[in-house]
Amino acid sequence: MGSTLWIGTRKGLFALRGNARRRGWKLVGPQFLGHIIHHVVEDPRDPKVVLVAAKTGHLGPTVFRSSNRGRTWKEARQPPAFRKVAEGETPKAVDAVFWLTPGHAGERGTWYAGTSPAGLFRTEDAGDTWQPVVGFNDHPMNSTWIQGPGSPIGSLLHSIRVDPRDAQHVYLGVSSGGVFESTDRGADWKPLNAGCAADFNPEPDPQYGHDPHCVELHPLMPDRLYQQNHCGIYRLDRPAERWTRIGNAMPRKIGDIGFPIVLHPTDPDKAWVFPMDGTTVWPRTSVGGRPAVYATTNGGTSWRRFDSGLPRKQGWFTVLRQAMCADDQVKKLGLYFGTTSGDIWASRNEGKTWRCLARHLPQVFSLTWGRG
Amino acid sequence: MRVAPLPPQRERSHEVRVRAAELDMNSTDHTNIVATRVASPLRSYTDGRAIVEAEGVTVRDALADLDRRYPGMRFRMIDEQDRIRPHIRLYVNTDAVERLDHPLGRGDTLHLICALSGG
Repeated sequence: MGSTLWIGTRKGLFALRGNARRRGWKLVGPQFLGHIIHHVVEDPRDPKVVLVAAKTGHLGPTVFRSSNRGRTWKEARQPPAFRKVAEGETPKAVDAVFWLTPGHAGERGTWYAGTSPAGLFRTEDAGDTWQPVVGFNDHPMNSTWIQGPGSPIGSLLHSIRVDPRDAQHVYLGVSSGGVFESTDRGADWKPLNAGCAADFNPEPDPQYGHDPHCVELHPLMPDRLYQQNHCGIYRLDRPAERWTRIGNAMPRKIGDIGFPIVLHPTDPDKAWVFPMDGTTVWPRTSVGGRPAVYATTNGGTSWRRFDSGLPRKQGWFTVLRQAMCADDQVKKLGLYFGTTSGDIWASRNEGKTWRCLARHLPQVFSLTWGRG
Repeated sequence: MRVAPLPPQRERSHEVRVRAAELDMNSTDHTNIVATRVASPLRSYTDGRAIVEAEGVTVRDALADLDRRYPGMRFRMIDEQDRIRPHIRLYVNTDAVERLDHPLGRGDTLHLICALSGG
């Protein structure tokens, strides 16, 4: 079976097609040249199906769907859109579809989308028509939970995670707003942020208003959540409700700020992050211009630096939250990241050494692995 | 980033008017068909055509008709609250469209223009 790295960039969609051994890679594309591609996701329930979140500088947001591994694409008939408001209500319009998540394995055709400004949407026909998840978008607390623009492109809803044991149980992240949990398929939500810092909030331990950059749920141990937050790296083992700052074990000079966090597909104690400079004016570059991946093999009790093969100095890129991923090779796990400077890097030994697979692409927004 | 409306180009307006007259020849008395000039980012919807026809007595009607003919096109220009998107400008002949109920008359040209958006 082949292997594909789907690359969503600021200027279009690319793919690296790999062989079964994941050594030889061929760059293909661009498709949708000039489109801003925030997320590209293959459907694990049917790897021929791929969804793309797209917009352009001029045009509004949409979703494109392929049912033949990206050979041809069809636009959603009804892309994610908020309900039309009544007179006197504050109007909200989707500016960008930012995040895509396939639904539960038992719900073929169901996907979730997160948008900017923060909104949650669901499709039950594999991405052709999308409906607002009213329980979140019109929740009485929604406008209180979602605080400020959150990012340069507005508030973002991302990290939609469906519990593999229960389609009713869903987590999501909002920047800024925090982590939220639903146990009734999105009809109601509650914040889940205790223990997370929010240094930008004068309240010491607020219930919401946090900035989770990326939340991951382990597929084989779904009670374990990891979070790379604007203010640190965290782990939460349910049914506990208080996050533990496992980033405190990172070297002080590096800190524990970053965008992505990636989990090992079968070992819930293994995770990888790509730290960035979150000091002073928040340069959001690799720390000191020396890019490195940090790995834990013990659930965050300790971290180890891996930078072999990466630039030794003057490497000032960073890695955005959708732009780091793992494949499914349990013994020789492949790790991959795409950079803000347009390069794609790969490791075949759990991060110990890295090599560059592609250079000079546009800014990479999304890098996801698939079997397509 | 710079955002500025692009006024319709007069030379091309003339060309469009000619085409509008041609299109109008095919219309019946009780319909109002206008020529619509389509900016390049939207031509993936119109099979590459720069000028298409749309029917309606208001811009809202014409956009609805365009969306019937070219599904998905309207939402890329008009958001779910019926607001013209920030980097889109609409003109009827040389008049900027502020509201979707802007009237359309026989022989008018509707311009769908993508305002500058760089970077």
